[in-house]
Amino acid sequence: MLFYLFAAIALAGGLGVVAFRNPVTSAFSLVASFLGLAALFIHLNAFLVGVLQVLVYAGAIMVLFLFIIMLLDIKSDEGPKITKLMGLGAALLAMVFVGMLWRVTVSLKSAPLETLYPEVRSDAHEIGRLLFGEYFFPVQVVGILLLVATIGVVVLSRRAVR
Amino acid sequence: MNQGIEPYLLVSGILFAIGFAGVVLRRNIIVIFMCLEMMLSAANLTLVAFSRHYATPLSTPDYQAHVLLFFIITVAAAEVAVGLAIIVALFRTRRSIDSDSVSALKF
Repeated sequence: MLFYLFAAIALAGGLGVVAFRNPVTSAFSLVASFLGLAALFIHLNAFLVGVLQVLVYAGAIMVLFLFIIMLLDIKSDEGPKITKLMGLGAALLAMVFVGMLWRVTVSLKSAPLETLYPEVRSDAHEIGRLLFGEYFFPVQVVGILLLVATIGVVVLSRRAVR
Repeated sequence: MNQGIEPYLLVSGILFAIGFAGVVLRRNIIVIFMCLEMMLSAANLTLVAFSRHYATPLSTPDYQAHVLLFFIITVAAAEVAVGLAIIVALFRTRRSIDSDSVSALKF
């Protein structure tokens, strides 16, 4: 079934990010993970969000990451070795979290998802109507946030002038 | 499609846990940052799953969740831009991106 294939891609990509020593390999692994996640979004009838995930996350953000990794040119990735204690602690924390989640999801027993009939309007249409209707002010605020972030990046990356 | 949303929630949770373990385990600041992005994306999957959960043949999915996701992705993009600029500035002063080399604020 398609769900298991894409879930496996997303999870394997996620594991790769943590496991690979080379940051460039980690970044490509994260791209694979994001593509699997986007496929899961589309599987859930969220077409616009899936496309946004590919364009913004797997496209723009990961290119930025790769650009910075290659710009900094890191020779030795990790300094001191990861100790056994650290690995054990991280694994234990993650296990406890997944265990709690397992208990909750097993006890949830939600109804099976109902098949949706072909909709009259696409989801992009509906989301656009919400964004430029009910959520028009937040959209403007987010625009200002992006502007401030851009100015902040320019100021941060300028060499300090005395 | 006749399964519930539990598999999606489980995938989301496991992906979040992997990202969390990565933040604890890795020392490379860029990899830590990538793990943070992964945790953010995993939370997005939960939003979409619940939005789909409340959809019936008669009603459309709850698109408010998709709008929230749109804002989350926008803020994440801004966060990545600023964070990577900070990492570059850090690399200029310390010549290293090891998280152990940044301990000036340590008590």
